[in-house]
Amino acid sequence: MIEEIIQIVVLLIIIVTAIMAVSFKDLLAAVISLAATSLLLSLEFYILQAPDVAIAEAGIGAALTTAIFILAIKGTVREEEI
Amino acid sequence: MMSKIVRTITNILYSSILIFGFYVIMHGHLTPGGGFQGGAVVASGIALVLIAYGYDTIKNWIKKSNLSILESIGAVSFIGVAFLGIGTTFFYNFLANSGSLFGNPTVIGINPGDLNTAGALPLMSWAVGLKVLAGLGSIVLLMAYGIKKGDGE
Repeated sequence: MIEEIIQIVVLLIIIVTAIMAVSFKDLLAAVISLAATSLLLSLEFYILQAPDVAIAEAGIGAALTTAIFILAIKGTVREEEI
Repeated sequence: MMSKIVRTITNILYSSILIFGFYVIMHGHLTPGGGFQGGAVVASGIALVLIAYGYDTIKNWIKKSNLSILESIGAVSFIGVAFLGIGTTFFYNFLANSGSLFGNPTVIGINPGDLNTAGALPLMSWAVGLKVLAGLGSIVLLMAYGIKKGDGE
């Protein structure tokens, strides 16, 4: 019973952070919301007893794609500074 | 180059991230994870250092050509270990239960796990780990190089 409640809470926070990632105007905040989505998804994989997939998701999804997105954002200019 | 806070946290954290990644590769035949997962963790440590210090500082520490050599070593040693067992079949585990490197017999029952078992599997884990960490590291490095080149134009 307690596992189901934890899973429902984690999935709800995943949905909230995914909506935040879409709706943020600031690109850096959106990328950090996407990283939070990935991290909570890896927690969900761990709860579902797939630690192998959880390590891969935390390494690729939460760390590497965030790094690549931040590098891409560093190549852009803010709209206010044009 | 990011702020001093980011650089200080990076100095504290990156050695722990690298050691955890190599631990995941080394214990690939005992615990969850393996070559791909450990290599991805090590590559995320490289990406952290790259973002904190910027491409201009990092290009003297990590050379793209060294990463390419490491990637080739990983691929060649994976196929090489597979070919070493060609006396029986391709991918034959010739080191298992041999008493030499990684050659202890597997313990039966519930136990914490013996690192010195499983024969050729840890060698293949290391090969895959080297290939993945060099490949993903050079992807991030090339991304930073492309961004910097685009800035100058």
